[in-house]
Amino acid sequence: MNIKLKIWRQQNAKSKGRFETYNLNDVSPEMSFLEMLDYLNSTLIEKGEVPVAFEHDCREGICGCCGVYISGRPHGPESKTTTCELHMRSFKDGETITVEPWRSASFPVIRDLVVDRNAFDKIQQAGGYVSVNTGAAQDANALPIPKHNADEAFDAASCVGCGACVAACKNSSAMLFIAAKVSQFALLPQGKVEAEARVNRMVAKMDELGFGGCTNTRACEAECPKGISISHIARLNREFFVAKLKE
Amino acid sequence: MSGLLSSSLGRKLIMSVSGLFLMLFLTVHLGVNLLLMFGDGELFNHAAHFMGTNPAIKIMEPILAAGFIIHIIYASFITIKNQKARPVKYAVTKGNELTSWSSKNMYILGAMLLIFMVIHMANFFWKIKFGEMAQISYDNGLTYIDDTYSLVAGLFINYWMYDVLYIIGGILLGLHLSHGFWSAFQTIGWNGNVWIKRLEMIAKVFAVIVATGFSIIPLFFLFFK
Amino acid sequence: MSKLDAKIPGGPLADKWKNHKASLKLVNPANKKKLDIIVVGTGLAGAGAASTLGELGYNVKVFCYQDSPRRAHSVAAQGGINAAKNYRNDNDSVYRLFYDMIKGGDFRAREANVYRAAEVSNLVIDHYTALGVPFARDYGGMLDNRSFGGVQVSRTFYAKGQTGQQCILGAYSSLNRQVEAGTVTMYSRRDVLDIVVVDGKARGIITRNLVTGEIERHSAHAVVLATGGYGTIYYLSTLALNSNGTAAWKAYKKGALFANPSFVQIHPTSIPVLNDYQAKLTLMSESLRNDGRVWVPKQKGDKRDPNTIPDEERDYYLERRYPAFGNLVPRDVASRAAKERCDAGFGVGPTGLSVYLDFRDAIKKQGEKAIEGKYGNLFEMYEKITGESPYKTPMRIYPAGHYTMGGLWVDYNLMTTIPGLFAIGEANFSDHGANRLGASSLMQCSGDGYFIIPYTITDYLADEIRTPRIPTNTPEFEATEKDVKERLNKILAVKGKETVTSFHRRLGKIMWDYCGMARNEEGLKKALVEINALEEEFWKNVCVPGTNDEFNQELEKASRVADFFELGKLLVTDALNRKESCGAHFREESQTETGEAKRDDSKYAYVAAWEYKGEGQAPELHKEELSYEFVKMQERNYK
Repeated sequence: MNIKLKIWRQQNAKSKGRFETYNLNDVSPEMSFLEMLDYLNSTLIEKGEVPVAFEHDCREGICGCCGVYISGRPHGPESKTTTCELHMRSFKDGETITVEPWRSASFPVIRDLVVDRNAFDKIQQAGGYVSVNTGAAQDANALPIPKHNADEAFDAASCVGCGACVAACKNSSAMLFIAAKVSQFALLPQGKVEAEARVNRMVAKMDELGFGGCTNTRACEAECPKGISISHIARLNREFFVAKLKE
Repeated sequence: MSGLLSSSLGRKLIMSVSGLFLMLFLTVHLGVNLLLMFGDGELFNHAAHFMGTNPAIKIMEPILAAGFIIHIIYASFITIKNQKARPVKYAVTKGNELTSWSSKNMYILGAMLLIFMVIHMANFFWKIKFGEMAQISYDNGLTYIDDTYSLVAGLFINYWMYDVLYIIGGILLGLHLSHGFWSAFQTIGWNGNVWIKRLEMIAKVFAVIVATGFSIIPLFFLFFK
Repeated sequence: MSKLDAKIPGGPLADKWKNHKASLKLVNPANKKKLDIIVVGTGLAGAGAASTLGELGYNVKVFCYQDSPRRAHSVAAQGGINAAKNYRNDNDSVYRLFYDMIKGGDFRAREANVYRAAEVSNLVIDHYTALGVPFARDYGGMLDNRSFGGVQVSRTFYAKGQTGQQCILGAYSSLNRQVEAGTVTMYSRRDVLDIVVVDGKARGIITRNLVTGEIERHSAHAVVLATGGYGTIYYLSTLALNSNGTAAWKAYKKGALFANPSFVQIHPTSIPVLNDYQAKLTLMSESLRNDGRVWVPKQKGDKRDPNTIPDEERDYYLERRYPAFGNLVPRDVASRAAKERCDAGFGVGPTGLSVYLDFRDAIKKQGEKAIEGKYGNLFEMYEKITGESPYKTPMRIYPAGHYTMGGLWVDYNLMTTIPGLFAIGEANFSDHGANRLGASSLMQCSGDGYFIIPYTITDYLADEIRTPRIPTNTPEFEATEKDVKERLNKILAVKGKETVTSFHRRLGKIMWDYCGMARNEEGLKKALVEINALEEEFWKNVCVPGTNDEFNQELEKASRVADFFELGKLLVTDALNRKESCGAHFREESQTETGEAKRDDSKYAYVAAWEYKGEGQAPELHKEELSYEFVKMQERNYK
């Protein structure tokens, strides 16, 4: 198949970006979206042009590295799919595909489609952990956890940290990202001890880093490649207000 | 409680609580208004009189006004902050399966409702409060109360543009509530995998009732009076 | 033999680690603050080590090439993590886990190390659970286990098919806690391009900031490499695309010995190559072979729709060749059998490099529901990638490079032959011998990082408390930085015509064809010639656009591929040297009449550790003899 690509090109964080258009022929429907970009890059390099920078690593949907805004949707048209899992058979022959980086004040562009998601690490550093030193743990089965709690905690914990929630949200809110971690620990006895401090610090850090607020549009949930539910945001809200009331 | 109201979640909580309060008001308001369609206006005039004179309602009036003002101010505040979080916009955006149009456009809906409300208050509230109202007696002249019914009926029977305007207002309100209702519960944390479906359904039903309820009144006067 | 003192403590097997720990030196808390440790890599081994060393009070600097430590490739492990908890009361024990690993590794691993890995496995599960890792639970709220990889007990803890992800997020969380506490400094988006050795001791690293291109010097009293495996040398593998062998390779060139480089596990069930630009092979869990039947058409080049091929025209070659085990033969046997059929021209799919894994009979017998219950998420994943539903048409699978058992040689303290340079996790030659058992990589990485290195590195650092902070303005740092810069400039100066990826793909093909699932002397010798020629061509014709002073992914790739040529030659040399078949290493010259692997314990019961002797010089082989005091060496038998 032949496609037309409109790709955001930006030299570095300081320079101004613009769209470049590329016509790419002989694209196989079996290619993954990123392999299509690999193919584009090889043609660019062979022509002596600068290849398109994009982030990727595991290419099986788990590391969370990849993620671009494809024709108006994070990770492209398929739901519960990361960019690396997306295949060209999801597009039509002759289609124009617009490719943009995640757009958020908190995710500055590094180059082309690569953005800096360091803000996510900072949020996690603010409290996304259980304070237990190596060696201090009791036997793993000493604390029984109801299966449905463990399962729901797992659903929350399946977040890959790709940033699609922020990219999808009209407010660039990181609420689903934070909620996933707060909710995971709120559901487990291990996380209860620090629950109040955790939610306070993580929300404060999110606000400080310039993410927008949640207006419950559910775009994050719809675009999350792991399908994490906004019910975790409701739990985050509960945890936060209860923590504030107790202060 | 330190920092609750300065946090993004705290501000949303204010939106949520003020919104729920306004929805309560709307329910009462709609209940009273629907009396317009029963009988020759006596029922409605009594109700309106009660609402205008009862001390408890009097106390609520400034609180209600405050509710509106807070809701509007915080909405503006949040919207400005949220706009700043994405300085460079996407060239292309597409919707998804879960996001409703209303949820994305709450501020615009709110702004249009504000315009509607100003007109609405000029039409009725201003006249009832500060204008010269026709009086009517239902006890053979012993007591006289404001004939609010005639004011409303007169407007809706004589000016079809107002009928259209009020129908649009009702629909805008319904759209605003279809998201606002369940969103308020989500924000205060009353939600979960089970409740999300229930709340969204209740929100839709509530929105339809409010939108139809308010729209049906001008239609009633236009076609049946 | 002075090079290879494994420092294995004496005494009974079960007491070795306990006694050894008691003999290790300590560093008091006030002194720990004055000691710097560099950890390279943030997978389970690296993040585990860094957070634990931070908790102990050391001043830790951690490096990763990803944008965030959470993305290290441990994240992709699917199946589970073993521990000898015996929660199922199925008579599991540390000894049994140890024995399964020794046997699974085809008697090419050290007894003492393997026993210790099994011993600390229980601590690892306790620790992850305490960190809030949501392992699967049963209805009583207790941790669930499943059986894995042909062992007779259920000792595998899991979190759906995302166990690696859940463990690494646990490790990442404790790392974050230390970053917040100020004991750990995180350097992400850094490629480690060389190791700095001062007076014979590892004292620092040279890194490239991948965003700005800046070449940076970092010093420490000790350096820990937790850089994972080098399986991407095959280009197509189950590994993350940016996984690389550079740091380990640079350590080798600085004097650390490299052990058993040719021991590479090829996983039999991955989704095959679908297009010419394919960059990655996605693993499909081995468990599928419990219900799927593997076959190819009896007729060469049969292009018919598989569903229309009648049974009598199908060759269920595993059932035919191994009637006793059928489709459940071990990984290496299954991989080699698939290769044999495809090489003979019976392969299916557009490339002819795949075989069918058919669920038709299982669905007929058990119903679609039952199959969905067992493999639903795998089928979904397969359909996402291939666009075909395994419920309707047979899956196509092919083997893929997966895990490298080989790595930097380390002693019992996990220290390489360069004092102060440690290697943990997949980066060392490890505890897996010639073949790794399922669900034991997460276990070993975590054990190394959380429960072994913190003790052994402290013993080393006890003698360093009088060493002040290591300055970076010394001739050693200057010289190493100069080397790094020169190499990068050399790559940029070629300005040829062919892309790095194209070279990498060609190297991968050589490695796969001659040094993959089956190897022979002729092929290996040919491989050496071809790699040399390709390397020469690379340095004449590679095209890397851009400069060093910017975000330049092509330069990153080129620098890694340049190292892979050199590593590839060592891998082939090691495979040539080992004229026996053992575990994943199959030398066609050394097989039984029925085509089974034939080990030669009289000649090759040793760890082959290679020493770098300089540019253009043949590496020197050092043998660490493996003596089995506690178990008897046996033949692996599947009949």
